[in-house]
Amino acid sequence: MEPVIFEERKTQIHRKGAEPFSISCNKSSLAGAVSQRACVFCGSRVVLYPIADALHLVHGPIGCAVYTWDIRGAMSSGPELHRLSFSTDLREKDVIFGGEKKLYQALVELIDRHGPNAAFVYSTCIVGIIGDDLKAVCKKVEAEKGIPVIPVQSEGFKGNKREGYLAACQAMFTLVGTGDTSAISPLSVNILGDFNLAGEIWIIQDYLKRMGVEVVANITGDGRVEEVRRAHGAALNLVQCSGATMDLAKMMKEKYGIPFKKVSYFGIEDMSDALYEVARFFEDKDPDIMVRTQDLVREELTALYPKLQTLRKDLEGKKAAIYVGGAFKAFSLIKSFRHLGMDVVMVGSQTGTEEDYQELAEITDEGTIIVDDTNPLELSAFIKEKDVDIFVGGVKERPIAYKLGVGFCDHNHERKEALEGFLGMYNFAKEVHATVTSPVWNFTPRRRKSPIAAPDVAVCAGEERTS
Amino acid sequence: MKKAEPFVSTTNACKMCTPLGAAVAFKGLEGCVPFLHGSQGCATYMRRYIISHFREPMDIASSSLGEKDAVYGGKANLMQGMLNVIGKYKAQAVGIATTCLTETIGDDVSQILHEFKKECLAELNGDMPALIHVSTPSYGGSHMEGFHAAVRSMADQLADPAAAKHNGVNLFPGFVSAEDIRHLQDIFAHFGLSVTVLPDYSETLDGPALEDYQNIPGGGTPLDAVRAMPGARVSIECGRTIKAGLSAGKVLQEKHGVALHSLGLPIGLRESDALFATLESLAGCAAPRRYALERGQLLDAMVDGHKYVAGKKAVVYGEEDLVVGMTSFLSEIGIKPVLVATGGESGLLNEAVSVVTEEFPGEPPQVRDGVDFYQIVAEAEALEPDLVIGNSKGYRELARARNIPLIRVGFPIHDRFGSQRVLHVGYRGALNLYDMIVNALIEKKQDDSPVGYGYI
Ligand code: SF4
Ligand code: SF4
Repeated sequence: MEPVIFEERKTQIHRKGAEPFSISCNKSSLAGAVSQRACVFCGSRVVLYPIADALHLVHGPIGCAVYTWDIRGAMSSGPELHRLSFSTDLREKDVIFGGEKKLYQALVELIDRHGPNAAFVYSTCIVGIIGDDLKAVCKKVEAEKGIPVIPVQSEGFKGNKREGYLAACQAMFTLVGTGDTSAISPLSVNILGDFNLAGEIWIIQDYLKRMGVEVVANITGDGRVEEVRRAHGAALNLVQCSGATMDLAKMMKEKYGIPFKKVSYFGIEDMSDALYEVARFFEDKDPDIMVRTQDLVREELTALYPKLQTLRKDLEGKKAAIYVGGAFKAFSLIKSFRHLGMDVVMVGSQTGTEEDYQELAEITDEGTIIVDDTNPLELSAFIKEKDVDIFVGGVKERPIAYKLGVGFCDHNHERKEALEGFLGMYNFAKEVHATVTSPVWNFTPRRRKSPIAAPDVAVCAGEERTS
Repeated sequence: MKKAEPFVSTTNACKMCTPLGAAVAFKGLEGCVPFLHGSQGCATYMRRYIISHFREPMDIASSSLGEKDAVYGGKANLMQGMLNVIGKYKAQAVGIATTCLTETIGDDVSQILHEFKKECLAELNGDMPALIHVSTPSYGGSHMEGFHAAVRSMADQLADPAAAKHNGVNLFPGFVSAEDIRHLQDIFAHFGLSVTVLPDYSETLDGPALEDYQNIPGGGTPLDAVRAMPGARVSIECGRTIKAGLSAGKVLQEKHGVALHSLGLPIGLRESDALFATLESLAGCAAPRRYALERGQLLDAMVDGHKYVAGKKAVVYGEEDLVVGMTSFLSEIGIKPVLVATGGESGLLNEAVSVVTEEFPGEPPQVRDGVDFYQIVAEAEALEPDLVIGNSKGYRELARARNIPLIRVGFPIHDRFGSQRVLHVGYRGALNLYDMIVNALIEKKQDDSPVGYGYI
């Protein structure tokens, strides 16, 4: 068989045990390789999207806005402006004569119509080429309308999703520090890097509340402009996801001296660790917080464990493959699968760093395939090679798994199922169980080794296709 | 007709961008990999979008231009990308569509392909796949222009001028569902007519479960069949709003003298009748009994259900060709299309809608092109529709917000299962639509009623 790995991509794939660790990453996607990645614009759109009382205007041709219309599962407890898709829908004459005038008019029109608390203006590839002065237009509208109008420099071709995260953080950082911070509790945090998919941030907020910790700003799930403005009043930043909001945390540390902690809310250990980290941080100020936290974790686990054990019986020894946007999620997923008695045999991400992959290599079993910025050809080959039972990925990965008769769990920005917290662990286990134990795999051609019909077989004489 | 308010901004567009349509069309050619010349994001976004409708793998390659390429031109990336995709996918054909970016920086794709063929032939061991290209700047139209343009490019660029005359028919069905394509193929088969349907994604985007992953799914219009199109006895092209210069049928007519029948999408009774009449004349015989029966069953259903639908008002939106077909059908069954809206701007919609509605009494529907959902919702408000008909995009702001049933047709449908299997065309398609519509109205009546009627 032809090798499926592109020569140019060999260094982006590592097999644990077979060779000393080395992987290259954060490269541009290989032309023609059908990368699963999107673009800079995508990165910043993902991060800023859930700020629900802001206007998100995509300056560019229609596609960029249309394909990002309400595709995320980010929920809001109040306004829902973020779920609409705004675009300047650039046309030929704008491309020739420049789109600044149209952008100005569009902004004014939309701000008048919706009365948002801030506006984010995203630039797309074409804006980068025609050279519209986004900053100048935003400044002008800001002065006229009296709300922050923030340019997001997210031209799609200027790197990959990571650069988009940075652009988003820079945009948000212009808001931080502009709000009133009086009356904020000394036991207070900002939740960074959680997008409130399927209401997940509410699960985390509930835990923090039970611990006696105030949440100042949700950045950005269920986010509000006013919260971001006063985020610098919090005592601690909790940063989930190694990529998306880390830059903001760093900027806030530098300028406002707010320390941050990297956390994950996925799986039992990581969720508990996150809460304990917070408790330890505030122990000086509130000596009882640790006890409250221990009680909380105990309570949750007592409820969760028996339920997990029941599911685990059917899952023991099954094999999982993981391909997600950010590497941080992969760590938690590997641990979660271990709780279910399952082995992770392939793991990869769109935007992992070398350190991320190094760490993945350390915690995975021998023989595990570790991959950066992969594509359908490689994914299908790895799935087959490792004979996996479940694949964890996003919408673009789903049909690859299903075609091959492999279970699937959506763990991407678009999921509608809460997977964070102890509750989320249970939801995750249920979903894994539901897909891995489905009877349908008994009938799919690959597992059965009996294809329904070989392609191009002769049709029996006289048979016609009937409707 | 009243002009819609000239908003500057677009809110919730009722269209997609040009290369998306091209990618779907290219997917209907056997052994073809769609390839977008641009930066990576466009291809990935479109894949995601198409996947959510079809629930099938949808590989779209990209030349993944970076900042440098955007400044100095994307030639090197396009060449390397094609080599990669041809090498790994063993593509028989590559359908190259430009994006806004490469249109704006002004890459001359046909020149680059010309050089590619010269320079890379050896590297490919003399095995050069068919390279079809189409220019699809999104600021020059919607996904429908992209779709038609790609179909036209395939018919034009693959056509063999020396193709032998044959008795087959070329069918350009337009942007219909996978099920529609299968149904059309069956109809032709039952007429005993040999047909080349372009594009044919009935299998590539609605394929079987597999034992092994196919880099390129099976199915699609065979390349040789497209090459032979100039030899066909006639072409049939469906779509009343295909802009001049984007018609595959016309290009075959002009360059190769293939006679052309231009029809609407065969949705509803009369548009289906037009197709069947064409087929009868081509086959030289009456339609097979099964279709006479289907037609009769449709009429029977229309009679049985006419009171449920009588005087109901519908808002129809989506692709221009589709809304023309739906409008035609609704008018036939006694539902009043009060607003016919689209994000497309072919300039041909008004005329097409009046042609299919003119024989019915009463006010003609409001026709709006180049609108977004913000405008559609605003207009719909005063019209008080009983029914909304279109893709998933009208669900939240239009249907749900007003508690009006939404009949999902067209593309994209990503909040229901089985989108690729929705049958719109032919008598059977009309019957399917009819059942959906009547049942939605009955369900609404039940839901709104204080009495739990078990018989309605
Ligand atoms: S840049 Fe153009 S081609 Fe790409 S997604 Fe946006 S509108 Fe579509
Ligand atoms: S045009 Fe650029 S910004 Fe828009 S989707 Fe494509 S790559 Fe992303």
